[in-house]
Amino acid sequence: MSMKSMTRQVNGITIVDLSGRITLGEGSVVLRDMVRDLVTKGQRKILLNLGDVTYIDSSGIGELVSAFTTVRNQGGELKLLNLTKKVHDLLQITKLYTVFDVKDDEATAVAAFK
Amino acid sequence: MTAKRVSYTLDSSLQSVNTAEETAQLLAAKAGFDEDNCLRISMAVREAAVNAVLHGNAYDPNKKMTVAFENTGQALVITVTDEGRGLDVSKVPDPTTPENLLKQSGRGIFLMRSFMDEVRIRLLAPGTEVTMVKNVSGPAELHKEASK
Repeated sequence: MSMKSMTRQVNGITIVDLSGRITLGEGSVVLRDMVRDLVTKGQRKILLNLGDVTYIDSSGIGELVSAFTTVRNQGGELKLLNLTKKVHDLLQITKLYTVFDVKDDEATAVAAFK
Repeated sequence: MTAKRVSYTLDSSLQSVNTAEETAQLLAAKAGFDEDNCLRISMAVREAAVNAVLHGNAYDPNKKMTVAFENTGQALVITVTDEGRGLDVSKVPDPTTPENLLKQSGRGIFLMRSFMDEVRIRLLAPGTEVTMVKNVSGPAELHKEASK
């Protein structure tokens, strides 16, 4: 299953609901283009909901990192929501878990943006 | 497990990466590994296949990737070979150090080493051969073997 994304707004925060696989090729390209598009449109507060992401490879991890730095370099914030155990473990192994601001609850995550 | 070896010669494409990953998942399950280990094995194979196709063969249609699976009875041994310029492992930085943490790439070999019991990388002329070993050592696997 390739990656799909749906974007919605909650209290000025752009929430992106992602599903499927974020892997080399389609998934990682979709994520990259989507984040760049949001930043170009002036969105600086982005919450990536990874609750339905079934699989991420190293390219997908790279795209998450790239999205994080792209938004941060524009003075914005990017947070992660609803990690599955697989994705959580992957971020732990790669020591990226503490780099990202990870939330388990959407309302808490939305409130956490400055 | 009974000793058995299968080998696939694949084009340098993303489809081949998916094929290698799916085959690894299938054969790991067949070898008796539990769900978590099947995922680790298939992820390691995917990373090796991505390196072979993308960094090794650079999607060159004239170059092939070979993926071999051997079930020795004590371990699943997987070898991924490309025909590229060759990978100098000593030049691959640790992706978990602070200066590399926010780099977009460079985590493939690290993930292979994290998920497998042993990873050996050998330069060929030309190409790179990555051999990954996952031992059948956990109680779950042994139990499954005993029940066959």
